[in-house]
Formats: sequence, structure tokens, C-alpha cells
Amino acid sequence: MLSSTAKNVYWMGRYLQRAKTTARLIEATQRMALQSSGKEAEGVVAIFGMEEEFRHSQSQEGQSQSQGKRQLVDLIDFLAFDESNPSSIVSSIGSARRNAREERNNITVDVWESLNGLWLELSAKLRGKRTNLDRGALIESAKKQAVMIFGAAQVTLLRDEAYNFFQLGAFLERGDNTARILDVKYHRLLPDGRPHSDTLDYFAWSEVLACIGAVRTYRRIYRSSLDPMKVAELMMLRRDVPRSVHHCLWMVDLSMRELADTYGTRGEADRLAGELHARLRYARIDQVFDMGLAKFLGGVRDDIATLSDEIGRQFLLD
Amino acid sequence: MAAKTFDEMRSGPDGAVRAPYAGVAQWLASTSAERLAATRQEVDLFYRRHGITFGAYGAAEGSETTIPFDIIPRVIAWDEWQYLHKGLTQRVRALNAFLADAYGEREICRAGVIPETQVLMNAEFVAMAQGLELPGGVHAHIAGIDLVRVGEKDFYVLEDNVRTPSGVSYVLENREVMMRLAPELFSAMHVLPVADYSEELLATLRSVSFSDDAEPNVVLLTPGHYNSAYFEHAFLADEMGIELVKGSDLFVDEGRVYMRTPRGPQRVDVIYRRVDDGFLDPLAMRPDSWLGVAGLLGALRAGRVNIVNALGNGVADDKSTYTYVPEMIRFYLGEAPILQNVPTHRGDRPDDLKYMLEHLAEIVVKEVHGSGGKGMLVGPTSSKKEIAEFAQLVKARPENYIAQPTLALSTCPTFVAQGVAPRHVDLRPFVLSGRKITIVPGGLTRVALKEGSLVVNSSQGGGTKDTWVLAPE
Repeated sequence: MLSSTAKNVYWMGRYLQRAKTTARLIEATQRMALQSSGKEAEGVVAIFGMEEEFRHSQSQEGQSQSQGKRQLVDLIDFLAFDESNPSSIVSSIGSARRNAREERNNITVDVWESLNGLWLELSAKLRGKRTNLDRGALIESAKKQAVMIFGAAQVTLLRDEAYNFFQLGAFLERGDNTARILDVKYHRLLPDGRPHSDTLDYFAWSEVLACIGAVRTYRRIYRSSLDPMKVAELMMLRRDVPRSVHHCLWMVDLSMRELADTYGTRGEADRLAGELHARLRYARIDQVFDMGLAKFLGGVRDDIATLSDEIGRQFLLD
Repeated sequence: MAAKTFDEMRSGPDGAVRAPYAGVAQWLASTSAERLAATRQEVDLFYRRHGITFGAYGAAEGSETTIPFDIIPRVIAWDEWQYLHKGLTQRVRALNAFLADAYGEREICRAGVIPETQVLMNAEFVAMAQGLELPGGVHAHIAGIDLVRVGEKDFYVLEDNVRTPSGVSYVLENREVMMRLAPELFSAMHVLPVADYSEELLATLRSVSFSDDAEPNVVLLTPGHYNSAYFEHAFLADEMGIELVKGSDLFVDEGRVYMRTPRGPQRVDVIYRRVDDGFLDPLAMRPDSWLGVAGLLGALRAGRVNIVNALGNGVADDKSTYTYVPEMIRFYLGEAPILQNVPTHRGDRPDDLKYMLEHLAEIVVKEVHGSGGKGMLVGPTSSKKEIAEFAQLVKARPENYIAQPTLALSTCPTFVAQGVAPRHVDLRPFVLSGRKITIVPGGLTRVALKEGSLVVNSSQGGGTKDTWVLAPE
């Protein structure tokens, strides 16, 4: 396998996951906006650090007359359909498809066709006017198809080096995304960081879970009402929740070990992946809160970023 | 040449359906127009989802287009194919002998059959390729020979393509689509399969490695995904299970070619390149090329890597060398040519030039190095002004042009907006030469979708058809 193949499948995994996360985020935000009158738009943009770009795209369109509703529509368009936003669903799917197209001979027909199909659908509907109904349907379709692409990868891809790079990209991105969502949302909902508050916004907390599609999962696990500490535990530390930071870093560590076995070499990226996995595996939620959730999460996010850089260096993916 | 157009389905004795088309005719008669139209829509969807696209150079990513596929197959009878097979084998053997000679002793020139200037002054001649002993003496490993038919027994070679001929992926994909769309037709007729092309191609590529390694490492070198034939490159690499590489994936060290992998450098023995000569090695050819590999030609000359097709093959397939191919067959093989050339006038011969200029309105004039249906004049369908302008071009550089009679290309029933109607077709079989010669039955049938048009090139609105060679009864 070529180094350039490793790079392409790794980024294909990352972009696909990014698109899926964004689709979920939009849906959760929309629900939230419909049920309470918060300023949630800004919060979502903050997750990917895109506040500047979003304000810029809004001022360009020069239409801030009836704020509120208008802003939500703008936000959805920015996050989903704006080609100048590199994290938008359309941009992410476009990038994933570009990577896939360069590796058509290394991925299965099932993976390629499902990804290409999604891209065709999105690009066909990108131009012209969109109603709210169109927006919803398109985002839902993108989310479902992204799930199917991952499914196709699971059941059809050969378990070789390329597969490990694909997994590595997807789980690193997913772990990073969950950590970002929890960090930003928690900070907005409980600025002082204390989990026990009298004025708990039920809708807001269920929306945080919805961002990673885990509302029902929460009920299954805890069988209790929403508690910010448990929400944080579920999203960070539960190994059995497939979008938790712990689960994702476990998978990252596994993929790294597979690659190390294949190549017979280990580097800084391997050490960091193992350390991060262990940190989340052995952390206890009460201790995390003693230390301060923001501090703990900040450390995890920084180290995921460093790990990403190290992986790029170690495998020449940059 | 035949004045009346030969229709491959309808031109049987007394206007009856020709025997090879009996099954197709019956299928057409028993399938409703709606069903055909619905089938056609399915096809377009299939090609788009598969991403079987053909992008023009310089076009944005969104502008990948599909080549129209016509759902009515083109049928060739077994005995017709036997004849073509023999003729193609003979022609490609002669072309390979000529290429080895052109870059060797040039005996054919010394014998006075072909003027030496025809070789040495040719813009496609690559001086650095002289004196190389290539494995098996093969230069044109993959050849696409364009054939046209004008009558029951009259086939002509329109042009030889021995540089980097493309289109074979459509042969394979068209068959896949056809089997899905009309399984009933396949059960009624016994069609020879084409799916083994990739295996034969890989065997051919492996057989021409310099190393005696039992499993030489073969890669396919592509200019990248902006190239119009990128789909084909990825498709063939996938089918053969070999790496699809770009120039940046390869490097040369101590005269050997390696590819970059996370395991470290891996040796490459044979490069099936789909990059043009000029771009292969910035050290030896165009210094501004980003598509090639520095030092590649050195590795070739050292006998460490073989490049397929060989460098400088253009001297054998331009339209002026074309006129000598029958002579090559006699000279190298001592045989009479089986497949005929189209009678061709050469601009560099005074008598021929006079004839060309006097008959511009009736003939087809082509640039010697032109391709893709560009730089040509189709006299009968051109305006007086166009003809006058073209005459100036020819007078300015007569040696740059050749002329041929306007051939009445055969037609095949084709599904168009108005229903089923005859359209002109050609045929490009693909001939593989390694230690032996292999030709998968049939080839790529291109069809001019515009009524009366003779230009089948995909860049000029042509489509393709599945080509069926019927098994012997």
C-alpha cells in the first residue's frame, strides 16, 4: 500500500465522520431552537471554532433584519450547505469523495457507490431555493447515508493497512468531535462548572445528548432523570457508548496497535494514543469534577490535537 | 467503395435481417418503446452512481460527464471475428517489429521501404529510446486498432493507436450493464465473455519485466484524477489488484524505481503508464512536468524497470506512417496484409497534394498528429468557407496532412430520441502483446449519435455500445 493511499483513506474517514457529526448537531440545534428560545446558534458554531466565519458569511448576505428565525436558517445553511465553510456537510462530503475517488481501486464498490451517491444528491440540490422542509430532509438523508457508508465499510472492506488508517481517521475525528461538543455545551450551560444547579434546563441537556444521538442510551444506562454529571460521564468515559471519547480513543489505540504490528515500528503517536486511552479508561467522573471538567476536557482535546499531528508525522499523512 | 451505407442489422439479402442480428431484432420487436426508454434511464443512473465518468481537461470537478451508452448491442459473427483476429494479430506483430527496428538498426529504411526521415524527423521520435533491448522485443504492448466496416466483407483499418489507447474500461463496464439490463438476450444468444481482459493484461505486463522475479511488481501510473480517463486508470488498477500511482508516489534511487509506502520503499518492476512520453521524466523530457518521476529513463536504460507502452511509439501510429503499414507487414512478416488500409493521399507527395486540393469537398483531410476528431475536415459536410480556410492550412504545411475518401461507415440500430434508428459506428479492438498476443473478443464500439454524423469520438458527442462476438454454432 502506498503512503498516499494511507493519507487518502485516513482523511476520508475523518471527513465522513465530520459530516455525520455536523448533521447530528444541526438536527439537535434545530430541535432545541424550536423548544426554547436560546441563542443556541452561536453555540453550535463555537464547537468547530467557526464564529468568525459564520458572522462573516452573514454580513456578506446582508440580511439580519428579523434576527431570531432568520439566524437559525442562516446557521443551518452555513453548517450544511455552505461550500466556503470547510466543515459544512457539503464540503466534508466533497472532500471525502475526493479522497475516495483517488483511491477507487483501494475501496470497495459498495463504499464508493454509497459515498458517490450521497455527493451526487447533495450537489444536485445545492443550487436554487430551499424550503425548511428541504433542509430537514436533506440533512436527515445525509446523516442516514453517512451511517450507511460506514456500514458498507464495516461489511465490505478488506481488513488491511488501509482499513486501519480509515478507522484511525474516523475514530480520531469522532472522539475529537464529542469532546468539543461536551466542552462547549457544558461551558455554556453551566459556566461555573458546578454540576448541581437548581435551574436545570431539561431541554438543553437532552439536546447535548442528542448531539451524539444518545438520549435513549442515557435512559437505558442510568434509568434516571437527566443529571449533568451523568451526561458528562456518558459522553466521556463510558466504554460501551460508541461515540464516547473513551470508546473512540480505545478504537484509535487498537488501530495504532494493528499498524505497529504490521510495520514493526512504534513512535510518539503510539505512546500518546496508549496514554490517552488509559487516561479515559481509568478516570472517575467524581475525580474529573474535583479537578474541574473544563481543565480535564481541555487537556484531552489538546492531546487529541497533538496525537493527530504526530500521526501525520509518523505515517507521512500531511 | 460501397456507395450505399451498410446496415449491420438490416442489410441482409433482400433487405432481410442479417443472421447474427436475429436475436437482437427479435428482442427489439418484442420490447415496448416505454420499456426501452425506462431501461435507458436506468443506465444513466447506473453510470453516474458508479462514477463511470469522462471529464474534459480543465473542467471543474462537478462537470464529470458520462459517455452515453446505447443499449442495443453491436453483434459480430464468429467467422467475422476470426478474420479480424487474424488481421489484427498480423498488423500488431508488424507494428512491433517496426518499432523495434525504428529504435534499432532501421533495416526497413536501409532496404528503401520507408524513408529514414519518416522515422528520424518524426516529432514523436524519442532519441533516448534508441538501442534498448526491451523484454520480448515488444514496444506496443497494448494496441487499439480502429476499424470501420463499409460492406458485408469490407473492413478497413482507420488508424492504429499504440501510445496509450484508452476505452477498454467501457468494454468491460458496458458488458456488466448489458447483462443486468437484458439477461433474456444473453440466454437467447451465446456471447463470448470479455471479463478476462484484466487478467490477460496483468499477465502481459508481468511477462515483460526485466527481472526474472516470479511475481514482478507492476503499477499503473496515472496523471491523477483530473485526467479525463482517470476512471479507467482506477478501474484497471482495481481489476488487476495493482497499485495506482502518481509520479509523486515513485522515486528513483541508484537506478531502481521504488514506490513510497508506510513500510518503506518497495521496488517497482513494470510501469503501465497512462502518462504521455513528454511528461514521464522531468530530467530527460519536459522539465516542467509534475506528472513524472525524475530518473525514470535512466532506470529504463539500465534495464531495471520496463515502461509500458514503450517510449516513442508515436512514430508508428501517426497518420503518415499509417500509409506504410501494409509495406511493414510484407517486409517483416513476408505476408500479404489481411486487413486493408483506407486508400490515403499524402500531402508530402506532389501528385497526392494536387488531388487533395482539387477534391476537398469530397474527402476527409486529417492532421498527421491529430487525434480525438480535432484538426480535421469532413468535406461533404463542410461549408465552402470552411473548405477554403482549410485549403490554406494544407497549402501552408502540406506534409502535415493526409486525405482519405469519405467512407460510408456501417450503421447499427441505435436508441435515439425519435426511437430506434441507424447510426454510424466504428470498432476499436484491444490487442495485447507480451510473450504472446491476446485479443479479447470484440472491442469498443463507438457510435455517432447525431443523424448522418461520421464522427464517433466521445469528445464530439459520440456514444458507446456493447460489442458482442457470437460463439461458433
